Amino acid sequence: MNALKQYIDLYLANRELIDRGSAGALNALRPAACEALSVATLPRKGSEDYEHTDLSAILSPDFGLNIARRHLAIDPAQSFSCRVPSLSTALFFLTGDTFGAADRARAQLPEGVIVCSLAHAAREYPQLVDRYYGKLAPLSNPLVALNSMLVQDGVFIYVPRGVKVEKPLQLVSILNGEIPMMAVRRLLIVLEEEAEARLLCCDHTQGADTPLLNLQTIEIHAGARSRFDLYELEESSRLTSRLSSLYLAMEADANLLLDGITLFNGRTRNEYHCTLSEPGATLRLLGMGIEDDSRTLDNYTLIRHEAPGCYSDELMKYVVEDNATGAFSGRIYVAPGASKTEAYQANRNMVTTPGARMFSKPQLEIYNDDVKCSHGTAIGQMDEKQLFYMQQRGLSLPVAHTLLKQAFMADVIEGVRLQPLRDRLRMLVDMRFAANSSDHDCNTCAMQEQTDSNA
Amino acid sequence: MLTVKDLHATIGGKEILRGINLEVHPGEVHAIMGPNGSGKSTLSMVLAGNPAYEVTHGEATFRGKNLLEMTPDVRSHEGLFLGFQYPVEIPGVSMVNFMRAAINEKRKYLGEEPMSATEFLKLMREKRSIVDLDSKLASRSVNEGFSGGEKKRNEIFQMAMLEPRLAILDETDSGLDVDALRIVAEGVNKLRTPENATIVITHYQRLLDYIKPQIIHVLYKGRIIKTAGPELALEIEERGFDHIIREAENAEKS
Ligand SMILES: Nc1ncnc2c1ncn2[C@@H]1O[C@H](COP(=O)(O)OP(=O)(O)O)[C@@H](O)[C@H]1O
Ligand SMILES: [Mg+2]
Repeated sequence: MNALKQYIDLYLANRELIDRGSAGALNALRPAACEALSVATLPRKGSEDYEHTDLSAILSPDFGLNIARRHLAIDPAQSFSCRVPSLSTALFFLTGDTFGAADRARAQLPEGVIVCSLAHAAREYPQLVDRYYGKLAPLSNPLVALNSMLVQDGVFIYVPRGVKVEKPLQLVSILNGEIPMMAVRRLLIVLEEEAEARLLCCDHTQGADTPLLNLQTIEIHAGARSRFDLYELEESSRLTSRLSSLYLAMEADANLLLDGITLFNGRTRNEYHCTLSEPGATLRLLGMGIEDDSRTLDNYTLIRHEAPGCYSDELMKYVVEDNATGAFSGRIYVAPGASKTEAYQANRNMVTTPGARMFSKPQLEIYNDDVKCSHGTAIGQMDEKQLFYMQQRGLSLPVAHTLLKQAFMADVIEGVRLQPLRDRLRMLVDMRFAANSSDHDCNTCAMQEQTDSNA
Repeated sequence: MLTVKDLHATIGGKEILRGINLEVHPGEVHAIMGPNGSGKSTLSMVLAGNPAYEVTHGEATFRGKNLLEMTPDVRSHEGLFLGFQYPVEIPGVSMVNFMRAAINEKRKYLGEEPMSATEFLKLMREKRSIVDLDSKLASRSVNEGFSGGEKKRNEIFQMAMLEPRLAILDETDSGLDVDALRIVAEGVNKLRTPENATIVITHYQRLLDYIKPQIIHVLYKGRIIKTAGPELALEIEERGFDHIIREAENAEKS
């Protein structure tokens, strides 16, 4: 029996309830999603593109869903303080899949910019949501189909033509539950021509003892000459699974930065499906995974160059320790007409223990001669010469190890285009390597106190 | 201060040091000379505790303690400094963070409180001036993108920061022009005290014009084949190593 069945049954038995808790375009897509899912089989672990993620195992447990839209008693802003607080942002909260009221944050945004609950948007701005919802993420991806069948809310971000949002947007997402819970959430992000914005998503879990699943789909429409940075920072418990599918379409001369930072996690699968569909689009894709204990991180990236003169540059780095597993699969596709393409990809990994495993699979599919492409993969240990040099100057081996791991991530951190965030991230990474990760708890970690006293 | 007795060491199963004897007292400056491949760098690495080398025989004591039992960082805390022939580049680790970690690790070992940020920066500034090291270099990654001369000056800067009791300087003079050589040598001289000692490993007489050693050793094929006063350096300058090697080989045969 396939792990999807329980979700299809859940949907068929609760269609009205689910629809009632949502609206418009989200409800309209459900039947098609259900149909797609009914004939879908989950890719097996080991199959193409899923070598290291067992979707069935992740989806099989009987997770609860909050389809009745019960209000969670907690006030996220009260119960939680994020570790990136020195950053001045327009701050929004998502608890499970429920968007928190955010009048104060919204007041800081320019006229015409929308940041709100996706279900609310489907009601209030149906023409906008109808136009963009479900247009990039295909139901042929079972994770997207599952998301589309069950999703009731999420976040809608809309930046109209020519508007620049100076203040970075920050979305703090919190998963919690007394029982195993699954949050199905959707982010729909639309940047019209020449629009500019930056979004920092901080994903946290509360309660380290409950299995939680975050099933999210993100769609980003980047209009001509728009500029957008998306930083996703995952700091979740070891019992958390995250299945994230991001779909991006870039129009002419759009300039995007996607940065996926996995600082703490359980089992994570991040998919990035990026299409550079018009000339001159520029994409920088950065990723960092710090995996120890028995955590696993699997990043799948597909960058499609469909138009001439586009540029993409991808850098993914992992530090894999203890019995952790890291996987990276990076595909670059250059269409026949996409001349003058520049596409670069690098995946560098530091594997520090015999029990730790790293799998790296670069794939280039190039159907045009007039391109500059390169890819490189390296899996290495720490450099003995560097370690001895540091020890000679008096650094103990653990301190030398920590410095080298921090240094290893320096270039990914440098890629952050928002200086306060860059500084903050450097500090979080330094602390991540310096501290014993088994002490980590999102709510009450020692790091939190450290940051506060430093602030 | 340092006593080395019949020290043998191997790397990759190959015996490089074949019975080294050496005695260094506080206040002394020794020079170790010898042709390429003699084992000079190997000796310095073994004394500093590089785990790539295996000590197969002999002993080394430093200030009465068994040096060979100490990890490299403890040797450093005890006051042993090695100026590397090939200083290592560590991209992503800034000199400032590196030196702060080094100073504070040593203080921890000595049971002292960490140095305050202002105190530390003051110390950096003060020591940097000894070797004319650019403030920009100090904020960059360790040795990354440094010229050959800058790397060597950076070694002396770190030595100044750590104030070792025994400094072993492995070819700190090679690859330096005359000005850089003078800066490095003056740096070393400024740091000399009656309590500390220096071993300079060199090919050339020219460094010894600045740093005046009392004792000169010639190392050849893993052994010290001759030890004499400063006049030995002049002799080597004029006549090379060949006759010393021949002398030693003849002595061994007879
Ligand atoms: N990693 C190594 N593996 C094997 N042999 C080595 C290694 N490093 C140095 N050697 C050998 O050890 C000998 C001494 O080298 P070294 O100590 O660097 O000499 P010196 O510093 O006097 O020029 C040389 O013959 C060199 O080839
Ligand atoms: Mg040498």
